[in-house]
Amino acid sequence: MKQIRISINGTEYHVAEHSNLAAVLMDKAIANRRSVTGEPRMAVCGMGSCGECRVTINQQAHQLACLQQCCEGMEVNCEP
Amino acid sequence: MSLNVVIVGAGPAGLAAAWSASQSNANVTLIDQADQAGGQIWRGGQGYAPKRYQHLFFQHTALQYRKQTHVLGASEQQLYLATPQGPQQLRYDRLILANGARELFLPFPGWTLPKVVGVGGLQALVKGGLPIVGKRVVIAGSGPLLIAVASQLKQRGAIIKAVVEQAPIAQLLRFGRSLVGHPTKMLQAAQSAQALANTPFYVNTWIIAAEGEGEVQQVQLSNGQRIECDYLACSWGLIANTELAQQLGCRLEQGFVVVDRSQHTSRDQVYAVGELTGIGGEDKAVIEGQIAGFVATGNYQAASQLAQQQAQAWQFSQQLAASFALRPELRQLAQANTIVCRCEDVTFGQLQSQPSWRSAKLQTRCGMGICQGRVCGGATQYLFGWSQDSVRFPIHSVSVADLVMESV
Repeated sequence: MKQIRISINGTEYHVAEHSNLAAVLMDKAIANRRSVTGEPRMAVCGMGSCGECRVTINQQAHQLACLQQCCEGMEVNCEP
Repeated sequence: MSLNVVIVGAGPAGLAAAWSASQSNANVTLIDQADQAGGQIWRGGQGYAPKRYQHLFFQHTALQYRKQTHVLGASEQQLYLATPQGPQQLRYDRLILANGARELFLPFPGWTLPKVVGVGGLQALVKGGLPIVGKRVVIAGSGPLLIAVASQLKQRGAIIKAVVEQAPIAQLLRFGRSLVGHPTKMLQAAQSAQALANTPFYVNTWIIAAEGEGEVQQVQLSNGQRIECDYLACSWGLIANTELAQQLGCRLEQGFVVVDRSQHTSRDQVYAVGELTGIGGEDKAVIEGQIAGFVATGNYQAASQLAQQQAQAWQFSQQLAASFALRPELRQLAQANTIVCRCEDVTFGQLQSQPSWRSAKLQTRCGMGICQGRVCGGATQYLFGWSQDSVRFPIHSVSVADLVMESV
């Protein structure tokens, strides 16, 4: 499968083209966001309902990672 | 001028409706929020769908398929959309709602830990490329999805540590017998059972807690067992995505859109199909979708030929609801400090003193976050019997830019 490069929190990763972004973050154990009390959170519903997987993609905040396929050069930022 | 038929949702029900509506000369538009058609059941590309519907996955067909498009709201003849190209309005003469369902999540200690996911959620992530080979997975909750997903994940190389079903054995056996009239479902069940021959399957059992540092590492069951795992997939059945139907003023009963035999809702020119009218899976979705597509385009004869299959699908959906009814003990799982509203981190203790959903929203911000109650609404309905108020525009959270229409 063709590999592409994406950046997550400033680090470059090689991932399979068309992988789901929420799946990539979960596999790499990178929390998508922090809850209002500071808990790390990752995807839950996987289908665009719960909003737990939201991240910043190419400077656009609050994008649902579970509805996004990774594409070459994608820049992803999660809440620290 | 040809009739504008708009279908919301490109899962099995929506695709079936698009197919049957396309047999006429109507102008058919199919709208879906995902980046690929198929919904949940046919997720992963056209290869998962029956041949008849595969061409509908592509943009270049006669039908207009609009992916990555959210419906923000609807009025009598107009839909308001957030598209990758910005906000748009779309006029409809007939509207077919095929919004599908989401999983019901019930709060228990540790359920907000990373890698505690939905059952369909984990299935979706794995289809999206999440490596599962050699991973230890516990699948818990209720419903036929547990077995189906467990067998799929096992075939992909996951180690299924346990399947944990809350329903008592007598109910499950009754459900098993009810499959006799549905040969394809019998076959699916038999294949899943065979795939899971050596997998521990606990009935009458449920999750008490998930534990771990930074992510789930162990789960605790009601039978006293503790099981180590990399993923806990759990959900307690499905709830219909009725938000758009509610905003249109369609009549609902017990969480589902009320329809007649033509799939017509209580609102003129608005139809509802698939999980929206009752949880019944793929067969029910496809039959209802086809009927609505035919009826909406005036092909009543084709629709009437499906009446018997429609009745069978409906009967199956009733059996499903009865067999996997949730037990009252599940209301006792959340502790005072267990989060119920994940968006706003509102705990069970904060909600216990609230008299209603509205009061909880005003006093605690429960249900006010990005999911707008899609997760905690189902949970609080089960825990406290709260029903939600009216659904307001926009039904999905959007950026301000998506609300500023060009015409304004």
